Amino acid sequence: MNDMKPQKDVLDDSTAIDHSPNGAVSAAILSAGIGSCALGILAVMADGSKAVAHWMTFYLPTGPLAGVTSTAILVWLISWAFLARRWRTKTLAITKVNTVAFVLLALSLLLTFPPFADLLLGK
Amino acid sequence: MEITVRAFASDIHGMLFGGFFLMAIFGVVVELFRSAHVEEPSKLTARGYSLERLYLIVTAGLGWVAVLLGAYIVYPWYRAIPPAGVTNLAGYPQHLLMASPLTTGWHGLGMEWKEHISWLAPIAMTMVAYVLTKHRLAMKKYPQIRTAVLVFALVALVSASVAGFFGAMIDSNAPVKGGTTIHLVRGNL
Repeated sequence: MNDMKPQKDVLDDSTAIDHSPNGAVSAAILSAGIGSCALGILAVMADGSKAVAHWMTFYLPTGPLAGVTSTAILVWLISWAFLARRWRTKTLAITKVNTVAFVLLALSLLLTFPPFADLLLGK
Repeated sequence: MEITVRAFASDIHGMLFGGFFLMAIFGVVVELFRSAHVEEPSKLTARGYSLERLYLIVTAGLGWVAVLLGAYIVYPWYRAIPPAGVTNLAGYPQHLLMASPLTTGWHGLGMEWKEHISWLAPIAMTMVAYVLTKHRLAMKKYPQIRTAVLVFALVALVSASVAGFFGAMIDSNAPVKGGTTIHLVRGNL
């Protein structure tokens, strides 16, 4: 008898298709790339400039790390909020959004790799 | 059996939060690969989706706790500057590593890489958790979203792996220790 009972709480992915705009998802993807890249750029800048390192020292025991990471997180969250608001009702070309986000993500991986950062800084 | 407060905090950071974060991301990556190649799309109950959401939120949360604990609690102990005249560098891990050409790379490459790349993991995992909890059906209409989620999840896995590997290696060469000693169990001789 239980087999006949309608399963109201089952959510079936095979039939449900989202017809909503993809702006919110695009904003999340791109902003994650922006935040990651900001982290890489700030890490290299703090490593290469004593002035930036001093400016990024928000909390003395951690050195510039606290400033670099806090600023990157701020960039990420602000860009996410800004893009989500701007793209809320829009449908974007996800492939283009992905491409830009992947490039930013690849840059962040390169910039956080010390030998590459040293190469950029001529160390 | 005893452990110092600093060693305990370091272990909690790396082995509890960091370790579980790494394992949880691996689970997300496996599930993303699996779900991309199923013939029959999955059917979960409402409770199943709730548990899945909880798993994703906890995964991202583990990552944030791991990096915050590492950066603001353990890292200051790691980079503590020894007072002038101190020759025993056991309580100053960064300086201990940099005192020998055989170990300086663990700081110059290991810690310098780990301290920044580790932050990419919770950022990426937060995005992955957000998309999978709030917009999972969008992946059906836009398969590119699944690609983006998978790429970011893989980057989170790589970043957390790099941080975990170097954290373990650095700790084995110059462990963070010191502070009050916690007596866990007193053994019998």
